Amino acid sequence: MMDESIRNILAEHGNLPLDVAKIRDEDDLYQAGLTSHASVNVMLALEDEFGVEFPETMLCKSTFESVAAIRVALSALTGP
Amino acid sequence: MSTRTAIRVGTDVVAVHQVADSVARFGTRYLQRIYTEHELGSCEGSPAIRAASLAARFAAKEATIKVLRPVGHQPDWRSVEVRRHSAGFCTMALSGHAAELADQAGIADLAVSLTHEGDVAAAVVVALCDSGADAVERSGAPLVPVHCGGAE
Repeated sequence: MMDESIRNILAEHGNLPLDVAKIRDEDDLYQAGLTSHASVNVMLALEDEFGVEFPETMLCKSTFESVAAIRVALSALTGP
Repeated sequence: MSTRTAIRVGTDVVAVHQVADSVARFGTRYLQRIYTEHELGSCEGSPAIRAASLAARFAAKEATIKVLRPVGHQPDWRSVEVRRHSAGFCTMALSGHAAELADQAGIADLAVSLTHEGDVAAAVVVALCDSGADAVERSGAPLVPVHCGGAE
Protein backbone atom coordinates (compact mmCIF):
# COMPACT_ATOMS: atom_id res chain seq x y z
CA MET A 1 0.00 0.00 0.00
CA MET A 2 2.75 2.43 0.99
CA ASP A 3 4.86 1.43 -2.01
CA GLU A 4 1.93 1.96 -4.35
CA SER A 5 1.35 5.45 -2.96
CA ILE A 6 5.03 6.31 -3.24
CA ARG A 7 5.10 5.19 -6.85
CA ASN A 8 1.92 7.09 -7.68
CA ILE A 9 3.44 10.25 -6.21
CA LEU A 10 6.69 9.74 -8.09
CA ALA A 11 4.70 9.30 -11.29
CA GLU A 12 2.68 12.46 -10.68
CA HIS A 13 5.32 14.77 -9.20
CA GLY A 14 8.72 13.28 -10.02
CA ASN A 15 8.88 14.42 -13.65
CA LEU A 16 10.79 11.26 -14.39
CA PRO A 17 11.46 10.51 -18.04
CA LEU A 18 10.55 6.86 -17.67
CA ASP A 19 7.78 4.58 -16.48
CA VAL A 20 7.81 4.54 -12.68
CA ALA A 21 6.47 0.98 -12.74
CA LYS A 22 9.79 -0.10 -14.25
CA ILE A 23 11.84 1.41 -11.43
CA ARG A 24 13.09 -1.14 -8.96
CA ASP A 25 12.96 -0.42 -5.23
CA GLU A 26 16.70 0.19 -4.97
CA ASP A 27 17.18 2.10 -8.23
CA ASP A 28 18.73 5.57 -7.86
CA LEU A 29 15.98 8.08 -8.59
CA TYR A 30 18.47 10.90 -9.22
CA GLN A 31 20.20 8.78 -11.83
CA ALA A 32 16.73 8.18 -13.25
CA GLY A 33 16.21 11.94 -13.64
CA LEU A 34 14.75 13.20 -10.36
CA THR A 35 15.77 16.86 -9.95
CA SER A 36 16.12 18.81 -6.72
CA HIS A 37 13.00 20.81 -7.49
CA ALA A 38 10.99 17.71 -8.34
CA SER A 39 12.13 16.12 -5.09
CA VAL A 40 10.55 19.06 -3.24
CA ASN A 41 7.25 18.36 -4.96
CA VAL A 42 7.57 14.67 -4.14
CA MET A 43 8.27 15.55 -0.51
CA LEU A 44 5.23 17.84 -0.24
CA ALA A 45 2.99 15.27 -1.92
CA LEU A 46 4.25 12.56 0.44
CA GLU A 47 3.49 14.86 3.38
CA ASP A 48 -0.05 15.35 2.08
CA GLU A 49 -0.59 11.67 1.47
CA PHE A 50 0.79 10.38 4.77
CA GLY A 51 0.04 13.31 7.07
CA VAL A 52 3.66 13.81 8.08
CA GLU A 53 6.26 16.56 7.84
CA PHE A 54 9.84 15.89 6.87
CA PRO A 55 12.14 17.61 9.40
CA GLU A 56 15.23 19.47 8.22
CA THR A 57 17.43 16.60 9.37
CA MET A 58 15.76 14.36 6.78
CA LEU A 59 16.17 16.83 3.94
CA CYS A 60 19.05 15.11 2.24
CA LYS A 61 19.41 13.52 -1.12
CA SER A 62 19.64 10.06 0.42
CA THR A 63 16.08 10.39 1.81
CA PHE A 64 14.62 10.50 -1.70
CA GLU A 65 17.24 8.54 -3.62
CA SER A 66 15.11 5.41 -4.09
CA VAL A 67 11.67 3.98 -3.47
CA ALA A 68 13.17 1.90 -0.68
CA ALA A 69 14.78 4.96 0.94
CA ILE A 70 11.51 6.90 0.81
CA ARG A 71 9.73 3.94 2.41
CA VAL A 72 12.28 3.84 5.24
CA ALA A 73 11.94 7.61 5.79
CA LEU A 74 8.16 7.44 5.85
CA SER A 75 8.20 4.50 8.22
CA ALA A 76 10.38 6.52 10.60
CA LEU A 77 7.88 9.39 10.46
CA THR A 78 4.67 7.40 10.66
CA GLY A 79 5.90 4.95 13.29
CA PRO A 80 5.12 1.25 13.53
CA MET B 1 47.99 26.32 7.13
CA SER B 2 47.73 27.23 3.48
CA THR B 3 47.05 30.81 2.53
CA ARG B 4 45.90 29.88 -0.97
CA THR B 5 42.39 30.77 -1.96
CA ALA B 6 40.29 28.24 -3.81
CA ILE B 7 37.30 28.88 -6.01
CA ARG B 8 34.16 26.80 -5.98
CA VAL B 9 31.49 27.14 -8.65
CA GLY B 10 27.92 25.88 -8.51
CA THR B 11 25.25 26.13 -11.15
CA ASP B 12 21.68 24.97 -11.59
CA VAL B 13 18.86 25.25 -14.06
CA VAL B 14 15.12 25.06 -13.33
CA ALA B 15 12.10 24.80 -15.62
CA VAL B 16 9.86 27.79 -14.91
CA HIS B 17 6.65 25.89 -15.60
CA GLN B 18 7.54 23.36 -12.91
CA VAL B 19 7.75 26.14 -10.33
CA ALA B 20 4.42 27.52 -11.58
CA ASP B 21 2.95 24.02 -11.22
CA SER B 22 4.29 23.75 -7.67
CA VAL B 23 2.75 27.08 -6.71
CA ALA B 24 -0.58 26.00 -8.22
CA ARG B 25 -0.48 22.56 -6.58
CA PHE B 26 0.95 23.29 -3.14
CA GLY B 27 0.42 27.05 -2.79
CA THR B 28 1.57 28.72 0.40
CA ARG B 29 3.04 25.50 1.79
CA TYR B 30 5.47 25.29 -1.15
CA LEU B 31 6.30 28.99 -1.03
CA GLN B 32 6.89 29.15 2.70
CA ARG B 33 8.91 25.94 2.77
CA ILE B 34 11.37 27.11 0.13
CA TYR B 35 11.49 30.91 0.05
CA THR B 36 12.05 33.62 2.66
CA GLU B 37 9.77 36.59 3.17
CA HIS B 38 12.35 38.79 1.45
CA GLU B 39 12.46 36.49 -1.57
CA LEU B 40 8.70 36.32 -1.85
CA GLY B 41 8.58 40.10 -1.64
CA SER B 42 11.15 40.31 -4.43
CA CYS B 43 9.10 38.09 -6.73
CA GLU B 44 5.98 40.12 -7.24
CA GLY B 45 4.28 40.67 -10.57
CA SER B 46 2.20 38.61 -12.95
CA PRO B 47 2.06 34.86 -12.26
CA ALA B 48 4.44 34.24 -15.17
CA ILE B 49 7.01 36.79 -13.99
CA ARG B 50 6.67 35.57 -10.43
CA ALA B 51 7.25 31.95 -11.43
CA ALA B 52 10.35 32.91 -13.44
CA SER B 53 11.76 34.93 -10.53
CA LEU B 54 11.06 32.13 -8.07
CA ALA B 55 12.63 29.57 -10.41
CA ALA B 56 15.80 31.67 -10.69
CA ARG B 57 15.98 31.86 -6.91
CA PHE B 58 15.51 28.12 -6.56
CA ALA B 59 18.38 27.65 -9.03
CA ALA B 60 20.53 30.02 -6.94
CA LYS B 61 19.74 28.06 -3.78
CA GLU B 62 20.66 24.76 -5.41
CA ALA B 63 23.81 26.26 -6.95
CA THR B 64 24.82 27.51 -3.50
CA ILE B 65 24.21 24.10 -1.94
CA LYS B 66 26.49 22.61 -4.60
CA VAL B 67 29.14 25.10 -3.52
CA LEU B 68 28.63 24.26 0.16
CA ARG B 69 28.97 20.51 -0.53
CA PRO B 70 26.94 19.26 2.44
CA VAL B 71 27.59 15.76 3.70
CA GLY B 72 24.44 14.36 5.26
CA HIS B 73 21.44 16.59 5.63
CA GLN B 74 21.11 19.64 3.44
CA PRO B 75 20.52 23.15 4.73
CA ASP B 76 16.95 24.35 5.00
CA TRP B 77 16.09 25.98 1.69
CA ARG B 78 15.28 29.21 3.52
CA SER B 79 18.72 29.36 5.10
CA VAL B 80 20.11 30.03 1.62
CA GLU B 81 18.60 33.36 0.68
CA VAL B 82 18.82 35.48 -2.45
CA ARG B 83 18.83 39.11 -1.40
CA ARG B 84 17.82 41.61 -4.03
CA HIS B 85 19.27 45.06 -3.66
CA SER B 86 17.61 48.28 -4.71
CA ALA B 87 20.14 48.72 -7.53
CA GLY B 88 18.87 45.46 -9.03
CA PHE B 89 21.74 43.10 -8.30
CA CYS B 90 21.50 40.10 -5.99
CA THR B 91 23.72 38.60 -3.32
CA MET B 92 23.49 35.45 -1.24
CA ALA B 93 22.84 35.49 2.51
CA LEU B 94 23.36 32.32 4.55
CA SER B 95 22.07 31.39 7.98
CA GLY B 96 21.80 28.29 10.17
CA HIS B 97 23.31 25.08 8.80
CA ALA B 98 24.21 26.77 5.50
CA ALA B 99 26.27 29.39 7.32
CA GLU B 100 27.96 26.65 9.35
CA LEU B 101 28.92 24.80 6.17
CA ALA B 102 30.30 28.02 4.70
CA ASP B 103 32.37 28.61 7.83
CA GLN B 104 33.71 25.07 7.74
CA ALA B 105 34.79 25.55 4.12
CA GLY B 106 36.31 28.93 4.92
CA ILE B 107 34.06 30.60 2.40
CA ALA B 108 34.80 34.29 2.59
CA ASP B 109 32.62 35.53 -0.21
CA LEU B 110 29.83 34.37 -2.50
CA ALA B 111 28.78 35.90 -5.78
CA VAL B 112 25.61 35.00 -7.65
CA SER B 113 24.18 35.65 -11.07
CA LEU B 114 20.58 34.80 -11.96
CA THR B 115 18.89 34.71 -15.31
CA HIS B 116 15.68 33.52 -16.95
CA GLU B 117 14.41 33.35 -20.48
CA GLY B 118 11.25 31.63 -21.59
CA ASP B 119 10.80 28.43 -19.60
CA VAL B 120 14.39 28.32 -18.35
CA ALA B 121 15.79 29.91 -15.20
CA ALA B 122 19.40 29.46 -14.13
CA ALA B 123 21.94 30.66 -11.62
CA VAL B 124 25.68 30.53 -11.11
CA VAL B 125 27.31 30.90 -7.71
CA VAL B 126 31.03 31.46 -7.18
CA ALA B 127 32.66 31.12 -3.78
CA LEU B 128 36.08 32.15 -2.57
CA CYS B 129 37.27 29.84 0.16
CA ASP B 130 40.25 28.29 1.90
CA SER B 131 42.04 25.84 -0.35
CA GLY B 132 42.45 23.20 2.36
CA ALA B 133 39.40 21.15 1.46
CA ASP B 134 39.85 21.75 -2.24
CA ALA B 135 43.52 20.92 -2.53
CA VAL B 136 44.35 19.08 -5.74
CA GLU B 137 47.43 17.06 -6.39
CA ARG B 138 49.92 19.15 -8.30
CA SER B 139 52.39 17.43 -10.57
CA GLY B 140 54.74 20.37 -10.75
CA ALA B 141 54.58 20.23 -14.53
CA PRO B 142 54.25 23.59 -16.26
CA LEU B 143 50.82 24.59 -17.42
CA VAL B 144 50.21 23.91 -21.09
CA PRO B 145 48.36 26.66 -22.93
CA VAL B 146 45.10 25.49 -24.44
CA HIS B 147 43.81 27.20 -27.54
CA CYS B 148 40.05 27.30 -27.77
CA GLY B 149 39.69 28.77 -31.21
CA GLY B 150 39.13 32.33 -32.31
CA ALA B 151 41.59 34.88 -33.55
CA GLU B 152 44.86 35.35 -31.71
